[in-house]
Amino acid sequence: MSNYETVIGLEVHVELHTKSKIFCGCSTAFGAPANTHTCPVCLGHPGVLPVLNRQAVDYAMKAALAINCKIGDVSKFDRKNYFYPDSPKAYQISQFDQPIGEHGWVDIEVNGTTKRIGITRLHLEEDAGKLTHTSGGYDSLVDFNRVGTPLIEIVSEPDISSPEEARAYLEKIRAIMQYCDVSDVKMEEGSLRCDANISLRPAGQKEFGTRAELKNMNSFRGVQKGLEYEQYRQAEILDDGDKVIQETRRWDEAQGKTLSMRGKEESHDYRYFPDPDLVTLHIDQAWKDRIQASIPELPDARKARYTSEYGLPEYDAGVITSSKPLADLFEESLTYTSDAKSVANWMQGELLGYLNANNLELAAVPLTGQALGELIGLIEKGTISNKIAKTVFKEMLQSGKLPQQIVEDQGLTQISDEGAIKGIVEAVIAANPQSVEDYQAGKDKAIGFLVGQVMKQSKGKANPGMVNKLLAELLPR
Amino acid sequence: MTLFDLSLNEIHNRLHAKDLAVTDLVAQAFKTIGEQDDKIQAYLTLNEEGATESAKALDEKLVSGEARGLLFGLPVGVKDNIVTEGLRTTCGSQFLKNYDPIYNATVADKLRQADAVTIGKLNMDEFAMGGSNENSSFAPVRNPWNLDYVPGGSSGGSAAAVAAGEAYFTLGSDTGGSIRQPASYCGVVGLKPTYGLVSRFGLVAFASSLDQIGPLTKNVEDSAYVLQAIAGYDAKDSTSAKVDIPDYVSALSGEIKGLKIAVPSEYIGEGVDPEVKQSIMDALAVLEGLGAEWEEVSLPHTEYAVATYYLLASSEASSNLARFDGVRYGVRAENPGNLLELYHQSRSEGFGDEVKRRIMLGTYALSSGYYDAYYLKAQKVRTLIKRDFDNVFEKYDVIIGPTAPTTAFKLGSQLDDPLTMYLNDILTIPVSLAGVPAISVPCGFASGLPVGMQIIGKAFDEQTVLRVAHAFEQNTNHQQRPQL
Amino acid sequence: MSININDVEHVAKLARLDLSEQEKEMFTAQLSAILKYAEKLKELDTDDVEPTTHVLHLSNVMREDEVHESLPIEKVLRNAPDEEDGQFKVPAVLE
Repeated sequence: MSNYETVIGLEVHVELHTKSKIFCGCSTAFGAPANTHTCPVCLGHPGVLPVLNRQAVDYAMKAALAINCKIGDVSKFDRKNYFYPDSPKAYQISQFDQPIGEHGWVDIEVNGTTKRIGITRLHLEEDAGKLTHTSGGYDSLVDFNRVGTPLIEIVSEPDISSPEEARAYLEKIRAIMQYCDVSDVKMEEGSLRCDANISLRPAGQKEFGTRAELKNMNSFRGVQKGLEYEQYRQAEILDDGDKVIQETRRWDEAQGKTLSMRGKEESHDYRYFPDPDLVTLHIDQAWKDRIQASIPELPDARKARYTSEYGLPEYDAGVITSSKPLADLFEESLTYTSDAKSVANWMQGELLGYLNANNLELAAVPLTGQALGELIGLIEKGTISNKIAKTVFKEMLQSGKLPQQIVEDQGLTQISDEGAIKGIVEAVIAANPQSVEDYQAGKDKAIGFLVGQVMKQSKGKANPGMVNKLLAELLPR
Repeated sequence: MTLFDLSLNEIHNRLHAKDLAVTDLVAQAFKTIGEQDDKIQAYLTLNEEGATESAKALDEKLVSGEARGLLFGLPVGVKDNIVTEGLRTTCGSQFLKNYDPIYNATVADKLRQADAVTIGKLNMDEFAMGGSNENSSFAPVRNPWNLDYVPGGSSGGSAAAVAAGEAYFTLGSDTGGSIRQPASYCGVVGLKPTYGLVSRFGLVAFASSLDQIGPLTKNVEDSAYVLQAIAGYDAKDSTSAKVDIPDYVSALSGEIKGLKIAVPSEYIGEGVDPEVKQSIMDALAVLEGLGAEWEEVSLPHTEYAVATYYLLASSEASSNLARFDGVRYGVRAENPGNLLELYHQSRSEGFGDEVKRRIMLGTYALSSGYYDAYYLKAQKVRTLIKRDFDNVFEKYDVIIGPTAPTTAFKLGSQLDDPLTMYLNDILTIPVSLAGVPAISVPCGFASGLPVGMQIIGKAFDEQTVLRVAHAFEQNTNHQQRPQL
Repeated sequence: MSININDVEHVAKLARLDLSEQEKEMFTAQLSAILKYAEKLKELDTDDVEPTTHVLHLSNVMREDEVHESLPIEKVLRNAPDEEDGQFKVPAVLE
């Protein structure tokens, strides 16, 4: 297996979150009852004509510039002809030889090394409808709500050398699109989709090996797993001296393997030609400048700023900037506390732990930067302990209340009144003579038990530093 | 003499004088249709109930004084590739024999806004592919001048209905001559506007870069009135031009002194029937008598136009007609075993031979390995053809020639030879490729059948085209009605 | 360039048309004649000629991103040859 080099190119589809479809005024909102977001145009009725959505072009240009593509002065739309029930006109309006953007790149980081992945092109097209199968399996049902949603396809150069890099590339594309605010980029809703071409070649060989096209990888994990499986499968074939067949394969998540789609597709001849219903786009410098100016700070720039400005470790900065909502939360928190590292720790530990365990997006919890910043402030001031803070944090994630409010409502304020703590400490000493004896005999562990008892009696509110100090004073060794 | 022999202004005045009702006009249309359309077969669908109801509503507007415009109350027939909500739209195809449109074409809305009354949908060559109307999958339309002859196509129903008095005016569509050639064969006035002047939204596409809707009328004045009502920018059509719409009727001054006419030698040379040529020469003499000057010029790429057109139009058509797949509307084969059979059977059963032939040609021209040799080459030759026109229009105001090389031919006489049939369009196709406007006006008879003269203008200069046609019409007597 | 019966079969498949043997022969002959006629275009040197897709030189025709009302489901399905649960029904599509 180590004798081979893996060559991967990704085709990423990103749905643009315009309000209306690319060629008609129907809504693009996700989740409406079947076929209720359709009209004669997107249903492909006889006689209808497309009219291009300006916002879709702006978004596509923004996305293209954000991944360092060059925008041509002229762009046009072509028809890609093929029959399929989810394609109402039996052609997809796409772009063939004059896409919105070409010759771009993004940098990815894997195992601490930065690598530049080339981007061949970015073009604008319309999405297809959705097919589902009836229970008997004899029929398919077509819902055209999604048809006509604006879509960009981003085609990478075959610069990706491992499944891990593929995943990092896809995550980077997702982050950039999210920062640019051109898409919801949700793989589970299909607003971000990915196909891959993968081939293996003996190390050092110049020519590419025979590739397989991989489809149906519906999660970041799926992309990595699918490519790992395919890499393994092709290596086995080559090891046996056999030849890889050029074909389309689908990743089967449940079975954990890729399956051939051979025989279920046919050779395509898309017969691209310029769509006579649409006119050319002439993109002048002013238009390009306007879009360029609308691009916000992108993940790489933010990451660099977090390390230089806030002194965050590279790793932390990378995790936080991988998602725009996360990075925004981080920055918002810092208007309420100056302890950036603490904010980063809370986000990477408690917050991401909670979100991952419950399979949630950040947007699904009512956490604000103010709440997180103030929570850290309460710890700094000694109002609550780190331990209590975790309880408060969980409550913040549930209720969206500010930490001060939770602390007050639940009486969680840390007891730092020496007299009050001393009473509890004395009571605990009196009630646990064996532990006292053990401790005084040199068993250090016993002190932990005694501290625990004090914390328990105080319902966790006693200032732990003060408890330790008082125990040491009252139990001299 | 029927109500439809009255001029538009006479009808207007009589309606407003309450001397005539819209219901009378609509009744006249259905009476004439009832008496003779079984012979002519111009109509595929009649809107008797809807039209009668509209007529009554319009008569109320006359009483309340809300009646506006000169098309008010006029019975109009609409070619059956123009989508009309609530009125079956078939495109002359079995595939759409039950298609019940869910929206209106922009021109259909405009006719309604002008208070014209749509009385029915007109027969045509299937999907506008043909020049004789024999490709209608329902019935061939007959030429009202001689029922053994074709009316031309593809707007054969639209031309025959006007000639036979079965509508006050009609709308047709022209891709390579489909308004002008039947107008010529049937002795009526047919105008193909500049590409982009009339919205294509709701015109079932044959060849998107060529299709235009236009009026077929008894005379030039009516043509100007109808064009006024249907022309104009439409935000629903990306290829619609944002141009100011002039007053076409006021352009009909009768004045053509000093007009510079170009007569392409290619349009009066080999292949043009001598009688047809003679009619054009006589017509030129009339125009000369009115103070115009004419000279012979050359449109050197004329001989390449037909090949260019059939490659481009068929290629676009092969894609435009792919949506007829039996999934969302139209005919679906009875019991397809699987999806592929559904497509193959539905399309094979739904389309006629000419449609299949052009889909095949277009698919081939666009297919891998042939695109450059056929499609791209044709697009480049189109540029040369357009340049021919640009060059001539630098020095001349209009180009004049016959609309078609011959008069109407007999039904069935050219059916087995598609190429010969295509060559009937040799004088209209170059104009379509150049995208410029042209009108066909009656200019005489040859062997008892009408001859049409084609007057071609600069892009968006319909005013001049109409002015010349009108001046000619006012000084001749070729506007005649057939005896049925 | 002439077209043979295999070409006709291939093109018919791309265009989703079933042709009888007789139709195949007819189309082979007719399309060959038309394509032979189209060979005429080769006489012209078009190396430096731009192709014409549109006769009007329009560009940047766009609409604003505004949502318009969609159709009621009754109209969407009015012409459907077969439907179920508000969706268009077709024989199973193989995955």
